Amino acid sequence: MATTALNVNGSTVSVAVDDPDTRLLYVLRNELGLHGPRFGCGLGQCGACTVHVDGAAIRSCVTPLSAVKGKIVTLEGLGTNAKPHPLQEAFVQEQALQCGYCINGMIMQSAALLARNPKPNEGEVKAELANNLCRCGTHLRIVRAVLRAAGT
Amino acid sequence: MNQIDRRSLLQAGCALVVSFCLPLSSSTAKPASGPKTVSPDRVDGFLAITRDGHITVYSGKVDLGTGVRTALTQIVAEELDVPMSHVSLVEGDTALTPDQGVTSGSLSIQNGGMQLRRAAATARWAVLRRAAARLRQDISTLSLHEGVITAKNGKRLPIGEFVDGTTLAIDITKDVQEKSPHAYTIVGKSVPRLDIPDKVNGRFTFMQDFKLPDMLHGRVVRPSGFGATLVSYNESSVADIPGIVKVVRINNFLGVVAKSEWSAIKAAQQLAVTWSKWEGLPDQSRIWQHVRSTPVVRDDVTSRTGDSRFALASTASKLAATYEFAIHTHGSIGPSCSVAIFAEGKLTCWTASQATHDLRKQLAATLAIPDSDVRCIYVEGAGCYGRNGHEDAAADAALLSRAVGKPVRVQWMRADEHGWDPKGPPTLLDMRAAIDNVGGVAAWESELCVPDGTAGFVTLVGSELAGLDSLGKLSPGGVLNDLAVPYVFPNVTTTAHRLASTPLRPAWIRSPGRLQNTFSNESFLDEIAAATDTDPLDIRLRYLTDDRGKELLERLAKLSKWRERPKSDRGANIVTGRGLAYVKYELVRTYVGAVAEVEVNRKTRQLAVKRFYVAHDCGQIINPDGLRNQIEGCIVQTVSRTLKEQVTFDRSMVTSLDWASYPILTFPEIPEVVIDLIDRPEEVPWGGGEPACAVVPSAIAGAVFEATGVRLRSVPFTPANVLAELGGA
Repeated sequence: MATTALNVNGSTVSVAVDDPDTRLLYVLRNELGLHGPRFGCGLGQCGACTVHVDGAAIRSCVTPLSAVKGKIVTLEGLGTNAKPHPLQEAFVQEQALQCGYCINGMIMQSAALLARNPKPNEGEVKAELANNLCRCGTHLRIVRAVLRAAGT
Repeated sequence: MNQIDRRSLLQAGCALVVSFCLPLSSSTAKPASGPKTVSPDRVDGFLAITRDGHITVYSGKVDLGTGVRTALTQIVAEELDVPMSHVSLVEGDTALTPDQGVTSGSLSIQNGGMQLRRAAATARWAVLRRAAARLRQDISTLSLHEGVITAKNGKRLPIGEFVDGTTLAIDITKDVQEKSPHAYTIVGKSVPRLDIPDKVNGRFTFMQDFKLPDMLHGRVVRPSGFGATLVSYNESSVADIPGIVKVVRINNFLGVVAKSEWSAIKAAQQLAVTWSKWEGLPDQSRIWQHVRSTPVVRDDVTSRTGDSRFALASTASKLAATYEFAIHTHGSIGPSCSVAIFAEGKLTCWTASQATHDLRKQLAATLAIPDSDVRCIYVEGAGCYGRNGHEDAAADAALLSRAVGKPVRVQWMRADEHGWDPKGPPTLLDMRAAIDNVGGVAAWESELCVPDGTAGFVTLVGSELAGLDSLGKLSPGGVLNDLAVPYVFPNVTTTAHRLASTPLRPAWIRSPGRLQNTFSNESFLDEIAAATDTDPLDIRLRYLTDDRGKELLERLAKLSKWRERPKSDRGANIVTGRGLAYVKYELVRTYVGAVAEVEVNRKTRQLAVKRFYVAHDCGQIINPDGLRNQIEGCIVQTVSRTLKEQVTFDRSMVTSLDWASYPILTFPEIPEVVIDLIDRPEEVPWGGGEPACAVVPSAIAGAVFEATGVRLRSVPFTPANVLAELGGA
């Protein structure tokens, strides 16, 4: 059982796992109780597991713990109920989800976009989210929510 | 763990669900004494009111991610005249909620919501009667507003003051006087959904997040072919993985249980297993020949008018076409998951099942214990769009928990979900029509080839592999619906040939049967329109006698500017076209009309759906924005199914086991959706969760025809299929 120190949502935490190959997703969900990132495919294909490492959106379901070297931010760390991230507010205002299982990925991917391009147009938002899957068909609202958060 | 007391377990279970899943206040109502009734005929089957006025609703219909929790809360709050914040819902708990049937078929509001409305209206009058007696006032002088009863003398008391253990222990009055829609302040409003804030902040507990103390992690190891049997497995092949608790084998059911989720995943991948070779699936390239040659167990004639056979035989001008609809998977973004604990001969199972009461019976059969020793508790999962693998995961968890004597969470992997969830069956329709000498439809015939069965119990995969009963039988859903047409023709016969089998275990996927049948009916009507040089809108108006349907089509025409649409330039590189479709769902409820606008690139053969116009009449609307969200979802999801989706398989197994091999629509491909909601507050509310799906494929096919002159009759309309058709154009 090896102990690894991680910086998650602004705090340093230490996690003990049997196998350094353990995917980051399971460490976040099971060891740290963070439910923002979700298991969708385990293949990096759908985006439900997306978290930020040093501001970049990555797929935590295919990222071994041993490969994580930066500061991790999950949906829970993006904002709080009291002080939500503009995207979280916009998703509520646009009622931009149905089942909501994919929405972690939609928000985290979009947050990474807005951090490097604060005023994306509709095409840029759609291109950024091209590898995030939504099965309920909430895409139109999701795009509106991202544009609303960006003020564009 | 095996010392767990049944009562404390049930209480613990309830408390867990309450604390994990539902935004209940600490004042959540408890029954006065004894077990709570789950009778759907009694007010206390559905409702409890605490002294401080908190309302707990016990709903057998569950929120599958559609927002119906919010809508049901609106209905109850409206009828009882209490703030929505005073109402909380307990959903799909076999110990607490009435059996209101499967949450499917766009019936949660139409049936479930109206049961709640009647229960709440009965409760309202019961409380007012109590108040009148206690306050010695005439009941007609009392008013109820925001949960407070006000007497003429100005005395104000919260409704909880008039509720004790007996107040709601009454039968629901079937013809109870309900609130007038004119007085509505909550129903009909776009109330924001109750679950969204927690879902966008990562604080919502999905089934996939649910945990119990001492819970172990299970994974299933499925056969290499659907009919393959387990020859051998080598437990020592996973000995190096830490925390393995047990490799569980029951006949052909194989699973691993481990202390950590990662160990369970690795063990399931690493376990050395030999399965027998099984190649019993048909050749997919000959799937439609296979469907045609499958034995027919029965013919169901779903409508008959006049003598279509004679009319066809005696008319010179005839049309015939065959439509095909491929096998689809539900494609939930979160694969199925369940947590179960089997202790002292009793099972408690947390599940995202659409039908916990049915699942209870199936799991009881599998474990050979009485129904009363099984409790199934609903926890919302990823959207399922029908009967996906949630129930199967519950059986897996039950079997693994029984084997290890501890709570076990089973999370299907992506390949489990794509490979083993039940599929929408391959559906084939042969259509024929006779055209009289003035261009009228003299006869209409359709023959549907579809598996036998209804929306019954779908066999549980794990139970079947283990050689155990799960009460399952062939259950494709209510697939005969909308085979009969909403149009008035003089001679009609619509027949379903019920097939003895279908290649992959079937079940219902959003708009089962209605989608395939409407695709064929509406496309074939377009073919008749083209053959008689009639506009697609005009032919529908000509053969409809239903004024509400005609009004809907006129609204659609206005919304889409149908009559002013530009004529397609079929010579252009990128050609555009529009198609129109109509459905009266199951011929008795929600009306939907849609216009699709497409672009076809004649060089690349790419088909793009640019826009959908939808007119929608489901009677009284409970939550307009929630309804719009559902309609948008219907359109986008069904565009995906129509353009892209097809389960692939070899002779042993499904081969489309991930999102690369089973692609769905992505953001750059999403059409704009423009909706006209027709609200009829005085009418009963009908469903909105799936009717709009039914019009999508034929509207697209009609648009492609207008653009290119080519008729697409086989879903999906993939570039390869479009190319094949356009190549001959």
